[in-house]
Amino acid sequence: MNVQSPPEALKPNDYASDQEVRWCPGCGDYAIVKAVQKALANMGADPKNTVFVSGIGCAARFPYYMATYGFHTIHGRAPAVATGVKLANPGLDVWVIGGDGDMLSIGGNHTLHVLRRNIDVQVLLFNNEIYGLTKGQYSPTSKVGTRSPSTPAGSVDSPVSACVFALGCNARFVARSVDTNLKVLPGLMQEAKENTGASFVEILQNCIVYNDGVYSSFTDKANIADGQVVCEHGKPLLYGKDKEKGLRMTPGKMELEVVTIGENGVTEADILLHDETNRPLALMLASMQPPNFPVAMGVIFRDPGLSYDAAVYEQIAEVTEKSPAIPINELMHKGKTWTVV
Amino acid sequence: MATQLKETDENGREILDSVVIRFAGDSGDGMQLTGTQFTQSTALMGNDLSTFPDFPAEIRAPVGTTYGVSAFQINFASHAIKTPGDAPDVLVAMNPAALKVHLKDLVPGGTLILNLGAFTGRNIEKAGYKESPLENDTLDSYRVIEIDISKMTLAAVDHIDVTQKEALRAKNLWTLGLMCWMYDRDRQPTIDWLNQRFGKLPLIAEANIAALNAGHAFGETAELPSEISTYVVPKAKVEPGIYRAVTGVETTCWGLLTGAQKAGLNIFFGSYPITPASPLLHSLSNLKAHGVVTFQAEDEISAVCSVLGASFAGSLGITSSSGPGIALKSEALGLAVVTELPLIIVNFQRAGPSTGLPTKTEQSDLYQAVFGRNGDTPMPVIAASTASDCYDCAIEAVRLATKYMTPVMYLNEGFLANAAEPWKLPDTDDVEPFPVKFASETEGFHPYLRDEKTLARNWAIPGTEGLEHRIGGIEKDYDSGNISYDSDNHHKMTKVRAQKILGIADDIPEQEVVSGNNSGKMVVVGWGSTFGAIEQATRRCQEDGLDVSHIHIRYIWPLARNLGELLKGFDKILVPEMNNGQLVTLLRSEYLVPAESLAQITGQPFKVGDLEREIRSRMED
Repeated sequence: MNVQSPPEALKPNDYASDQEVRWCPGCGDYAIVKAVQKALANMGADPKNTVFVSGIGCAARFPYYMATYGFHTIHGRAPAVATGVKLANPGLDVWVIGGDGDMLSIGGNHTLHVLRRNIDVQVLLFNNEIYGLTKGQYSPTSKVGTRSPSTPAGSVDSPVSACVFALGCNARFVARSVDTNLKVLPGLMQEAKENTGASFVEILQNCIVYNDGVYSSFTDKANIADGQVVCEHGKPLLYGKDKEKGLRMTPGKMELEVVTIGENGVTEADILLHDETNRPLALMLASMQPPNFPVAMGVIFRDPGLSYDAAVYEQIAEVTEKSPAIPINELMHKGKTWTVV
Repeated sequence: MATQLKETDENGREILDSVVIRFAGDSGDGMQLTGTQFTQSTALMGNDLSTFPDFPAEIRAPVGTTYGVSAFQINFASHAIKTPGDAPDVLVAMNPAALKVHLKDLVPGGTLILNLGAFTGRNIEKAGYKESPLENDTLDSYRVIEIDISKMTLAAVDHIDVTQKEALRAKNLWTLGLMCWMYDRDRQPTIDWLNQRFGKLPLIAEANIAALNAGHAFGETAELPSEISTYVVPKAKVEPGIYRAVTGVETTCWGLLTGAQKAGLNIFFGSYPITPASPLLHSLSNLKAHGVVTFQAEDEISAVCSVLGASFAGSLGITSSSGPGIALKSEALGLAVVTELPLIIVNFQRAGPSTGLPTKTEQSDLYQAVFGRNGDTPMPVIAASTASDCYDCAIEAVRLATKYMTPVMYLNEGFLANAAEPWKLPDTDDVEPFPVKFASETEGFHPYLRDEKTLARNWAIPGTEGLEHRIGGIEKDYDSGNISYDSDNHHKMTKVRAQKILGIADDIPEQEVVSGNNSGKMVVVGWGSTFGAIEQATRRCQEDGLDVSHIHIRYIWPLARNLGELLKGFDKILVPEMNNGQLVTLLRSEYLVPAESLAQITGQPFKVGDLEREIRSRMED
C-alpha cells in the first residue's frame, strides 16, 4: 500500500495539474507550489497515492494546481479532513495546506490536535501575517500595530508564533523557511515527508498585495546573512556574512544571547550546538524575533515517535488477534437471548 | 394500566395481563441499573416489554433533591405492547424526593413501596414537603408498603467485609430482590451480571448478591399487608424466533455494521462525546475487529470533517451527535452535499434549543435535518420509530448514501437510544447486498460523471491510478468537474443535486397505512418514536368504531411518492409530534393540506391516554 514507485521518473512539471494558477502575480505561493512539485519529483512520489488537503484562503487553492488527489475543504478544517483520509488509508501520503488565518485562527483547534496526535501528515502553513482572500484584514500572526481595513488605527492584540504554537502542541517535527528560498525548500519538504508523524513547516510567505515586505528585514538578499540563523543538528548556531555571529546561553541564565566571535573573549567553542531533539531549546530558537535576534530557519525540532495512524492500526491488529471478527449474526446472538417456539 | 383479572395460578399468585413499574430514587441510588436488570429478567421470562429511562443531566446531583431524582419505568405484559405505559401501577420511591416527583403519576389504588430509612426529617424537608407525607393523607389512596430498605440492606450484608457506604449502595439490589419476588422474576441473570461486573471486587459482588437475596427472602417471609401478594405475568404470545432485549443504540450499531458489509466498505466512525449519542461511539469502538475504525475527535466539526475525509478515501464515513453538535457540523454537511460523498449522520435528538434538556427526548431537529444548511443543500432524511426499526433504518441509510453518493441524515431519538424492547434477532442474510463499485475506468473520467438513472457521481478514491482529481466546496463544472463560476452551470448543478435526492422517492417503498382505512375521516400522521403511542391510541379508537387511521413516516425527505394523494383522502390530518409542529409544516407546505399540529414539548413521550383523548376531541371538532 505504501509503495512509492511510479513506472518512470516524473519531473516537477508532471505534478502540476492543467488548471491555470490564479494567485496574484508575484505571490510567494507560486514559489512554494514549484518547491513542492520539485520535492515530489525528487522523492519520486506517486501521484495516485498523494493527497493534498486544504482549508480556505489563498494558500488553500493549492490542491487545484497539483496533478494528484486533492480536497479543497472548508475554512480551518483541513487537518481534520486529512486525519480522516490518513486513517482510512494510511498508505496515502497526505499533505495539509493552509494559511495563518486558516490554521491558527478559525482552525487553530484542529492544528493543535493533528500535531499532538502525531498523525503522519505534512502540515505546510503559509504565513503571510495577513488575510489575503478577504482583502487585507490583520491575522493572528500580524504584529501589534498592523493597520488593516478592520484595524485602521493598528491592531492591539499580540500575535502567535506558528512554530512556538506547534512546539507547544507537542509537534515532533517543526521547521521554518521562506517562500523564495528555493534552494532549501524542496529539501525541507522532503525531510518533512520522511519524518514519521505530523511534520509542521512554517513557510514565511510574502503577500505582495496586502502585506508586501513584511519579512524584508531578514529576507531581502542584503539582510539574509544577519537576519537568519540556520539550525542544523549538531552544528554551531552561527550566522552573519562571515559566520562571525552566534548564539549562546547567557551564563547563569535560561536565555539565548547573540555574541560575536572574537569580541569579549568569545570563541567558536562558546557557541551553542543545535540539538534538534531539545524542545526547550527549540522553543527559545523559534521565539527569536528581529531586530535583536536572527530568525531561526531549518529544522528547529525533530524527535520522531510512533504516529497516531500506526498506533491505531497496531491496536486494531492486537484486538483482532485476541478476538477475531465473527459474523454479525453471531455477534447479535452473543449475550442473553431467549427462544420463542 | 394493569388489568386485574383476579385469576390466580396454581401457586396462588394473582395473574396479571400487564403491569407498569417505576423505580425512582436519587441519581446515585442505582435506579437505572435496577431497571435494566429487572428488564433483562423480564425479557428472559418471555414478556413483551417497553422501558423508559428518565434521568437528570447531572451525574450526581445533590443528594435528596427533587432535581436529582432518576427514574426507570418498565411496562411488561402477556400481550404485545408498544409503549412504556402511561402511568405506573407500582412506584418504588427510594427517598422523599422521588415520592414528591413521581407520586402524581401513580394510578389511584396503585402500589407504593417506600424506603422508610430515607424518610428523615432533613430529606423530607429537602424534597419540599412541609410535613411528612407518611403522617398525613397524602398517601391515602394508595396501597403503601413502608420498609426500612436501608436498614434491611445493612443487616443483610453485615457479615461481609465492606464499608457502610458500600453496604448501603446495595439497597437498590435489595429492592430489586423484593420486586423479583413480587413479580416472580428470576434472580440468576442479575447474579451472573454482578459476578461479571465486580469480578475484581468479589466482596462488592457478594454484598450486592446478599442484598438481592435478602430482598427476595423478605418478600417470602414478611407479613405484608394482606392485599399485597405475588403476581405472575404470563409469557406474551409473539412470533417464534430468538429474541434479546435491545436498545436503539445497539440496533443502530449492528445495522450500520450490516449496511457497511452489504456495501463492502469499512466503517470510519468519527464522533465527539455528547448526550445521548455517546453510547454509539462506545458500541462501535468495540467492533475494531470488524473493520471499524473509530475516532474520538477534538470537536463536532473535526468529527464530521474526518469522516468526510475518510469517505473521500473510500471508507464509509459515519458520524453521530445530538442537535447542538449537528448544528456545528452543518458547514461540513454542505461540503458533503456539494462534493457528493457518501456520509451518514446519526442524530440522537434531545430537547432543545441550545443545550435544552440534554437527557430528555424530543423530535425537534426535523427542520434542522431537512432545511438546516446554507445554500440549496438537500439530503435524504430518514427517521427510526422503534428500537427494532433502528436496525433497518441504519441499513437503509447506508444503502442510500452509497447508491446516491450523498450524506444521509438518520434521525434517532434519545428515547429510542435508551429504551429497551425485545427484538427478534434478524438474519443478515435476508438483506440484499448492495456492493459499492469504485471508479476505475480512466477513459473519459471526470469526478462528476453521473449515473444516468440515479444521478450519483462516480466515486474514485485516492490510490487509483489515472483518476487523480481535485474536489472541494467551490461549484464544479457539470461537464468537467473543474472549478466553475459560470452562473448557468451553478443553476444546473443546483437542480441536479436536488433532482438526485428527489429521485430517491422512486427507490423507496410507497407510504402505507399502519392501521385503519386508506381514506376516511381522520388520519393521525406520526414519525419517529411516537409510533407505539399513536398505534395504541388509534387502535383503541378504531375498536370503538371511530374512523381513524395511522400513518407513520420513515422517509422524511424525500417523502414517499404517494403520500400527498394518501393524505388528501382524509377529512382531517392530525400530526402529533414531540416538538412545536415541524412535520406538520413540511406536510402543509409540500401538499397544501390542512394538517393540524398536536404538539407536546415536555421532554417526555406521549401517553396513550392523552393521545386517545385528543383524537376523540379533534374528531368532534
